[in-house]
Amino acid sequence: MFEFSSIEQYHSQLQEGRCTCLQVVEHYLQKIKENAHLNAFIKVYADEAREKASLLDKQRDSNIKTGKLAGVIISIKDVIAYKDHPLTSSSKILEGFESLYSATAVDRLLAEDAILIGSTNCDEFGMGSANEHSVYGPVKNYLDITRTPGGSSGGSAVSVQAGLSMVSLGSDTGGSVRQPADHCGIIGLKPGYGRISRYGLIAYASSFDQIGIFSKTIKDAALILEIIAGPDDYDSTVSTQQVPAYTNELNRTSNEKYKIAYLPQALDHPSLDIEIGNSIKDLLLHLEKDNHQVKAVNFDLLDFAVPTYYVLTTAEASSNLSRYDGIKYGISNHENVELTDFYKSNRSAGFGSEVKRRIMLGTFVLSTGYYDAYFTKAQQIRNLFRDQLNLVFNDFDFIIIPTVPKTASLSGNSNLDPISVYLADIYTVIANLTGIPAISLPLFTHTNTLPFGVQIMANRLNELPLLRFSNQLLIKYNADF
Amino acid sequence: MEVTEELINKLANLSRLKFTPEEKIDIKKDLEKMIHFIEKLNELDTTGVKPLLHMSDEVNVFRDDIVKKYISTEEGLKNAPHHNDQYFLVPKMIRQNK
Repeated sequence: MFEFSSIEQYHSQLQEGRCTCLQVVEHYLQKIKENAHLNAFIKVYADEAREKASLLDKQRDSNIKTGKLAGVIISIKDVIAYKDHPLTSSSKILEGFESLYSATAVDRLLAEDAILIGSTNCDEFGMGSANEHSVYGPVKNYLDITRTPGGSSGGSAVSVQAGLSMVSLGSDTGGSVRQPADHCGIIGLKPGYGRISRYGLIAYASSFDQIGIFSKTIKDAALILEIIAGPDDYDSTVSTQQVPAYTNELNRTSNEKYKIAYLPQALDHPSLDIEIGNSIKDLLLHLEKDNHQVKAVNFDLLDFAVPTYYVLTTAEASSNLSRYDGIKYGISNHENVELTDFYKSNRSAGFGSEVKRRIMLGTFVLSTGYYDAYFTKAQQIRNLFRDQLNLVFNDFDFIIIPTVPKTASLSGNSNLDPISVYLADIYTVIANLTGIPAISLPLFTHTNTLPFGVQIMANRLNELPLLRFSNQLLIKYNADF
Repeated sequence: MEVTEELINKLANLSRLKFTPEEKIDIKKDLEKMIHFIEKLNELDTTGVKPLLHMSDEVNVFRDDIVKKYISTEEGLKNAPHHNDQYFLVPKMIRQNK
């Protein structure tokens, strides 16, 4: 019986002949089958995975050098393109679509001999936080199937949580990797804007979107990041700064003392579960005792984060999603109607209710008479967020903040009141508004038995210190809570 | 702000969406809530603040324009719901006056 703990350990098991890639693939395919009721996967690439595993086993037997991710079982969210494989954003409008090319991130995983085991369920176009807005139906939380896994990358989170893949790629526009990681008790990393190419990632809000990583260890997240990050001819917004050797550098300093900021407005926010707030305050006390500098920083913009986020992302979405016209791809009835009605009928049949809501709001904030009052205003406030965070990072290495105000909610509440659902994004959208890296670490268990995380944010391009500090935190404080 | 049926119709048209009368009741209610919610932004004085337009620090990333890979006509048409061997097919746009 195969038991996964880390990529490094898996590779030594392979080297020592204690397992083969093919056995491990069969193990994961079996687990995926047993857990089909979680609805985490949309498509499973069983035969291809077996083929690749057999090839890797042969190469290892013949001492042919294989890649850094040889035999590593990875799932990818259904918004990331994989050539000749289905890609639908969990939307009816992309029913039957097969990608003509692979995302840069996918190409880089494959080049290191990773095995892509399947595509995972998500909220339609990444719009949602409970994985309940999917044409394939909701995803269930492995720890408690009456609860949601969070979203929008719910299927990816559950695939790692339930041991259906070793790591998974998701996407994070306002918390869609960190929030489900929090709810599922695993690690969720959103790198800074421009760290990973967005080529082949279906666009929701292009100035917010980033591919993110779900894993069980920091070292695994570091390895995946190292492989998929860096400049790309097909995405000119990617940073040209050199990508550090995250895995090698990870443990170079294990006892470094950091300057840590926390935001009282965040920890005393009325929406925050008291127990979550107290656990994080406890963690801050521990850190202080261990000689890190811990200080409160005033952050009075906090309550503007969510409305600013929704103005800008719905505006970008209304523009990005205009490409779904039912002509070049997608669904269409091809009735004999006027062209405008043809578009309307295709789009109305293809998009779900949450996507339509956001397109309508986005169209509103961009329309004549409202553009300056909402869209330009939100861009100005986005600048204020960036300025304020720059000031914080002048003096501090990290900001510690909750990931989500509450633990995983019961299924079936996503459509009740959109605003109350949106407000739960309060802690995660800050990193996307400002383009900084952030991570959710599974440090805590609530008395209601559900896991929750703590979020660490770092300055732009500071993924390495973020990963180092995260590693330190998980090793040192995991047992304490 | 009050969301009128006229505004819903205008936004739906710009969005190339259509709503049934029942759906209109829901979208009107939701939009009212959402617009009320984003009106929060007015509480902040942003006089003189420049809008943030670009998230990337990179400027003018140049590369030579070389054809590296391309999609064949066949591939390009592969996902289209209606096509022949060369073109996407759409409803007739130019009609004769009757």
